Amino acid sequence: MSLFNILGIAGSGMLAQSQRLNVVASNLANADSATSPTGQPYRAKQVVFSAIPMNSGGVGVKVKGVVDDPSPMKMVYEPKNPMADANGYVAMPNVNATEEMVNMISASRSYQNNVDMMTTAKNLMLKTLTLGQ
Amino acid sequence: MISRLDEEFSFYQKALNLRSARQQILASNIVNADTPNYKARDFDFAAAMQNAVSKTASSLETTDSRHMQGGGASGVKLQYSMPYQSSLDGNTVEMDVERNKYMENSVHYEADLTVLTSRIKIMLSAITG
Repeated sequence: MSLFNILGIAGSGMLAQSQRLNVVASNLANADSATSPTGQPYRAKQVVFSAIPMNSGGVGVKVKGVVDDPSPMKMVYEPKNPMADANGYVAMPNVNATEEMVNMISASRSYQNNVDMMTTAKNLMLKTLTLGQ
Repeated sequence: MISRLDEEFSFYQKALNLRSARQQILASNIVNADTPNYKARDFDFAAAMQNAVSKTASSLETTDSRHMQGGGASGVKLQYSMPYQSSLDGNTVEMDVERNKYMENSVHYEADLTVLTSRIKIMLSAITG
């Protein structure tokens, strides 16, 4: 029954969008992390979505991977910072707060959309169960 | 007698099957609204319904659980929808259009259910007198 598959499809969307939200949270939390376990400043991360055919029919979505943002680091003049180079510049993460906020709103709207879709499918199924009464 | 009952209800059964298949396709579109290069798909309900009524619908045989079902269980012909505004990442899902179709389709599904329920009631009253 196709309506049952919608639950799986919407579920895959909710999972993918919450992963995206997770990455946005990491980016925003580390907007000022000048160093990390690797010794390099934090690099902004982005998720890449990919469509996957569900084995029961229909097309779901999944996170194919998390990629690093290749844009250059922000150089900030802070000679007193222990991480500063010879010229007194510190490499700060390339996180763009505006971009992340927009990404966050987009992810949460998409998540809501998926929940809504699931509710509609559930209501239709419940109505089908009471057929003939 | 049983086959007459079957005939009475089979039209609505086909309609409900197609409606739920379309609902699933629209759900796939909505869920992939942010997937690069995903192309939104849909099918012509009227043509699919005529096809289903005129002959028994056939579907592609799958020999592996990973095979995609060709056109779904109802043997419909999937088509790509033309976007009104194209986007740079090659995605052709337009959320407003898809949500609109999703809602329209679910209302139609409910309408079919209501009509089928009243049909069943008519048959029941004919049987019970």
